[in-house]
Amino acid sequence: MINWADFGKVFAATVVAAVLIVTLFSVAVIGLAQQATAREKGQSGTAPFAGAVICFALCVAMVGYGIYLIVAR
Amino acid sequence: MHVPLIVYVVVITALGFDFTNGFHDTANAMATSIATGALKPRVAVTISGILNVVGAFLSVKVASTISSGIVDESKFHASTGPYIVFGALVGAIVWNLLTWFVGLPSSSSHALFGGLIGATWIAVGGGAVHFGTLVEKVIIPAVFSPLVAGLAAVAATYLAYTINRRTKAETVTKGFRAGQTVSASLVSLAHGTNDAQKTMGVITLTFIVAGIQPKGSNPYWWVILCCGLAIGLGTYIGGWRIIRTLGKGITDVESPQGFAAETSAAAAILASSHLGFALSTTHVCSGAVIGSGVGKRLAKVRWGTAGRMALAWLFTLPAAAIVGAAAGKLASTGAAGTVVVAIVALAVAGGVYLAARRNPVTANNVNDTAAVGGEPLPAPAGV
Repeated sequence: MINWADFGKVFAATVVAAVLIVTLFSVAVIGLAQQATAREKGQSGTAPFAGAVICFALCVAMVGYGIYLIVAR
Repeated sequence: MHVPLIVYVVVITALGFDFTNGFHDTANAMATSIATGALKPRVAVTISGILNVVGAFLSVKVASTISSGIVDESKFHASTGPYIVFGALVGAIVWNLLTWFVGLPSSSSHALFGGLIGATWIAVGGGAVHFGTLVEKVIIPAVFSPLVAGLAAVAATYLAYTINRRTKAETVTKGFRAGQTVSASLVSLAHGTNDAQKTMGVITLTFIVAGIQPKGSNPYWWVILCCGLAIGLGTYIGGWRIIRTLGKGITDVESPQGFAAETSAAAAILASSHLGFALSTTHVCSGAVIGSGVGKRLAKVRWGTAGRMALAWLFTLPAAAIVGAAAGKLASTGAAGTVVVAIVALAVAGGVYLAARRNPVTANNVNDTAAVGGEPLPAPAGV
């Protein structure tokens, strides 16, 4: 019969991964927007830009893990 | 050694199925990217096509079973096996073409399973069909696949809009469009590793049953190559009718929704194939798009379209089973029967193609909001 434990794991992994990536990406987009605003005011905007880069890097790492799962299967 | 005609026919038909599998499923990965303008239609199908070919070569695990235990493949013999497989493939192709014509995404795996069940039942008997496995591996996942990806997409979409509610709209649109190119590519790659394998398994199983290859052997290199190219070409040709339904027909997708939907779909596909609970790619992707519509406040979901999709999913298995049973039975009567089935299948394919040309959906008009088809289906010729 149906294996509810496996189903639960897949469900949890899907929601957590999707929410985590989309949240990181959204924060990164805010960082980029703040950098643009700072530049318009003549400031450097380095801090929000650095934050955006870190968030993007984490997203890339998760995508990399996804590719690893595809290749190693 | 003497290779019977049916084996050649199965190889060609399997590659034909692989091709329809490709263009039927382009929408899964690329529909929302095309709808939001993240990728130009032609660029999207090119990327998806290439990644499907790459995916076909990437997967190292051999498809040891084509039906995951739903039918008892050990009961296939040289005199029946190839005909069962041929009937199954014809059933799956016919269903894929008809659903493509009306622009509905439906699972190619389900169509193949349905064809296999019908053809096996007629040729070997109902005892060779494992209904418990069918419920466990097909029916229940079909219910949960769209729910899992859909709920993830609801949460992800809601968060994307909430977090970015004060951010300049232009930056948001541009940013998420860029992200979509990556998330869509991931879905394409995962698709190639899954679905090209299926056809390799079909061809290899037939070779083993016919005594051309020893039991448990790997697919020939040319089988891998041909399957990769067939699914890649099918993907590149692009099932524009289904892309329009998924990208424009269910909800008006914006780039944050598209990114959330694709990410949820990719996560669901990878989690399911890694943790061993089989989900259908098509159902996952469709569910994710619906979820992205629900997750955005004030967004409209066209539940009528979603309902028609669910109805098509319900009919996939029995419809393909009936065609598969008839085609397998007729083909097994001899060379003449095989040729008749092949001609009828080609006639159906040609008929659907010509009918589709009267109301074509192409790379140029894929993003129009008009419904696909709209007119009743022509009676399928003879099958």
